[in-house]
Amino acid sequence: MKMLKSTLAVVTAATALGISGLAQAGATLDAVQKKGFVQCGVSDGLPGFSVPDAKGNIVGIDADVCRAVAAAVFGDAKKVKFSQLNAKERFTALQSGEVDVLSRNTTWTSSRDAGMGLVFAGVTYYDGIGFLVNKKLGVSSAKELDGATICIQAGTTTELNVSDYFRANGLKYTPITFDTSDESAKSLESGRCDVLTSDKSQLYAQRSKLAAPADYVVLPETISKEPLGPVVRKGDEEWFSIVKWTLFAMLNAEEMGINSKNVEAEAKATKNPDVARMLGADGEYGKDLKLPKDWVVQIVKQVGNYGEVFEKNLGKETPLQIDRGLNALWNNGGIQYAPPVR
Amino acid sequence: MQNQIGAPKGLSLSDPRVRAWLFQIITVVAVVALGWYLFHNTQTNLQHRGITSGFDFLERSAGFGIAQHLIPYTEQDSYARVFVIGLLNTLLVTFIGIVLATLLGFIIGVARLSPNWMINKLATVYVETFRNIPPLLQILFWYFAVFLTLPGPRGSININDAFFISNRGLNMPGASVAEGFWPFVVSLVLAILAIVLMVRLANRRFEATGEPFHKFWVGLFLFFGIPALSVLLFGSPLHWEMPQLKGFNFVGGWVLIPELLALTLALTIYTAAFIAEIVRSGIRSVSYGQTEAARSLGLREGPTLRKVIIPQALRVIIPPLTSQYLNLAKNSSLAAGIGYPEMVSLFAGTVLNQTGQAIEVIAITMSVYLAISISISLLMNWYNKRIALIER
Repeated sequence: MKMLKSTLAVVTAATALGISGLAQAGATLDAVQKKGFVQCGVSDGLPGFSVPDAKGNIVGIDADVCRAVAAAVFGDAKKVKFSQLNAKERFTALQSGEVDVLSRNTTWTSSRDAGMGLVFAGVTYYDGIGFLVNKKLGVSSAKELDGATICIQAGTTTELNVSDYFRANGLKYTPITFDTSDESAKSLESGRCDVLTSDKSQLYAQRSKLAAPADYVVLPETISKEPLGPVVRKGDEEWFSIVKWTLFAMLNAEEMGINSKNVEAEAKATKNPDVARMLGADGEYGKDLKLPKDWVVQIVKQVGNYGEVFEKNLGKETPLQIDRGLNALWNNGGIQYAPPVR
Repeated sequence: MQNQIGAPKGLSLSDPRVRAWLFQIITVVAVVALGWYLFHNTQTNLQHRGITSGFDFLERSAGFGIAQHLIPYTEQDSYARVFVIGLLNTLLVTFIGIVLATLLGFIIGVARLSPNWMINKLATVYVETFRNIPPLLQILFWYFAVFLTLPGPRGSININDAFFISNRGLNMPGASVAEGFWPFVVSLVLAILAIVLMVRLANRRFEATGEPFHKFWVGLFLFFGIPALSVLLFGSPLHWEMPQLKGFNFVGGWVLIPELLALTLALTIYTAAFIAEIVRSGIRSVSYGQTEAARSLGLREGPTLRKVIIPQALRVIIPPLTSQYLNLAKNSSLAAGIGYPEMVSLFAGTVLNQTGQAIEVIAITMSVYLAISISISLLMNWYNKRIALIER
């Protein structure tokens, strides 16, 4: 009898587990609205992109994209919770449903867009891979790095692109891989490796964290394309559109000259039909996305347009001082281009 | 079960044998059904979400470099080869760690039982310190605080122009096969056979007549003499290549990377602390009467320990020692924290991230660790049976 009871218990438990495990994709928006906040996956500490500040709040351009999504969905940019993920666990966290959106300086590649059950919702930052070396090595170009020891973060596109570059140029190197970018930076400082390689934005960020940033120089070569953007799960079209259009809204706002200071005034009194449509004064474009009418107003008011977010996190006022470069608007010398809201 | 006379005939639930069979069948069916259900559920969900599954990814080309590979490797090799390299690196650390930790553990264990106060207390301090600090912290300490603070390659510590110690690791002369290699191997085999033969003959003579024989010295002479003869006749077996500093790094020769050294050192010291305690408890489990008897026979400290105490203590030491070996094998996965390219960091780290197929990769990694652990257990259990007391 005891045997039968325990068997029955095990089978019941297993069935319950099995049924609950049959989670349906396609319901992220409902789940987020029921939860009351957006769970956002960010990096474990990359200045300018997602890093805890002195009070423990996560700041950075990736974090601001998540806050913009929350502002669009809830009207409140504070309804976000952040999960700090390293490069190894980021995709599993998103695939399994632990986070709703992954905004973690992740490179958009075909294998990630297709074979993993994930889709990229846009490009937050157009980047490329570079090399950071100590000035006293006397190296001025990446082609002089034959035989060097290179610190790389494990499981990133950097590993693959560096290997391709060195092979294509007939150079040899020894890779040392680490789990977090901080460990790689520490090894560069101690001299374990000659070169630190990563997305150039990360190199500037890491350099600012070193003890003597002026001793290090980023070499001029950019050896690959690294479009970094937010990622969501496949099969969930509503949520995908929301994240995609949040980013586009921020770009459109900058293009139309709408910023956090003038957005409310413009929403009430604009004569420009494009601006009126976007800010909800005309038409019901928010409804198509299942968002409230003033979703763009909330985004720009609480978080800012793309230009403001860039300047705040990566611009001249910050230690990173990164130029807009490729990330300027299409009509300003860069390639950031957003389709219109209409 | 034995009661055949009064037992009911046919299939009746009041027959305990029928009940036993029934419940066992139900349990097996339930377990298999559970397994199938979970497997099917996972497959359905993976397909639903568009996540690729299956083991085809093992044939895809890897595309990344590896710092230490015991077999030849280029970046176009497959993920399957990466797996083998990771496995070999794990086994390397495990094997060296087990050998060194056992040696060190035995020494410290015996030292802790020494009547000399200084040695006793030093061993106690060692055990208490290294047992209580988490292994990852010890690994990080050795790596960041010791090996990385060594000078760079240009300022490395130079021993005889052959060995160089720097924060790139220990660079040593590299050996490659030369003309005298195979004759040397043959001569080694011959030497070992000769030693075994000599020991057998010497033991037989000792048991027949009681005459002792200098087995050790003759064995040593044979072990070095016969291969030396081969070197004289056929030439040197190995060709040595010295490491040289060129540009960024050393070229030529072999290198032990600091990650390997830090990991091995930390794991050895950590596990040795546990083994020391196991050895101490094993030795103390042997009744003091044995020592007294040995003394009364005129045996001194050394032979008493070696020939009387330790063989008996081994029966108590081997089972917990097996656990410690398994712990060492599993703790080697902590190497991911310092970038040593062993199986977890290479396969369950980089490959998992690049292919996104978490379930297959983790399943393979877990199976391999299970296989390694079971092999170690089997080996130790065989040794345990061999030295077990055969009681009448």
